[in-house]
Amino acid sequence: MTPALPAARTLGPLSRTDFVRYQGASYDMNPIHHDEPFATAAGYPAPLAVGMFPAGVCAAWASDHFGPDTVRRTRIRWKKPLFPGAVLTIDGTIQRNETTPAGREVDVAITATDAEGHVAVQVFMTFLLPLEDT
Amino acid sequence: MVDPTAEGATGTPFTLDVERGKVIEFARAIQAEHPQHQAEAATIPPTFLTTQLFWEKLTDGSNPWALVQMSEERGMHAEQEYIFHGPPPRAGQRLHAVSRIADITRKTARSGHLLIFVKMVTEYRDDHGTLVAEAILTGVERHPPGETA
Repeated sequence: MTPALPAARTLGPLSRTDFVRYQGASYDMNPIHHDEPFATAAGYPAPLAVGMFPAGVCAAWASDHFGPDTVRRTRIRWKKPLFPGAVLTIDGTIQRNETTPAGREVDVAITATDAEGHVAVQVFMTFLLPLEDT
Repeated sequence: MVDPTAEGATGTPFTLDVERGKVIEFARAIQAEHPQHQAEAATIPPTFLTTQLFWEKLTDGSNPWALVQMSEERGMHAEQEYIFHGPPPRAGQRLHAVSRIADITRKTARSGHLLIFVKMVTEYRDDHGTLVAEAILTGVERHPPGETA
């Protein structure tokens, strides 16, 4: 059988506090993500979102569902810059569901899409589920 | 400007101690709610190894990325990948890491832009020397048509 995915979720409106909390947790201290004068001097309207923040939320949306111990691969691509106030919809599709001697391998493609319908982040994950669970 | 001779450069080995408090902090920052992230031997979230940014700074020469000399203006983080060769690492584990500039490739896009892709691979091994995880960072530097790179 094909495993189900959780319902789509909303992330946002993104806030500067979200970026700062993520930067502290990850140790990416690039000022472009929190220092307003620095970001505007670089030509941005506001601090740029840390790309790894929405990417991490996308990955957690799926790993909370299948269980963190089943994660085997996470690949992230950024398609568009994000700024405070952005509201994203996180959703995904099952791309592959295959029984192997090790268990059931499930590939999931996840997207974070902005309010205008543009994909901002793509995350591709592989999970290895125990056979008795599927 | 990307220096093609940086290909193959390898950083000084460094360690990453997986700490429960940091796992909980990181899980909260990305809104990961699975209780396994708070367990005594907390499992790391899928993108947690990005915290190598902290650990590599404790060892001089651990990050060979600076040798690439990618332009701040024309360069960007294009892709990031994390591979676990079994169940993900857990709190209490010490990971032994080494980063290397694995690949530098030039491509010309249809638009005529020159794209220089740089891949840095960080391998994580456990105390027994078994490869448990890899982090693969891909950066790209773009040059408009006609610009020499």
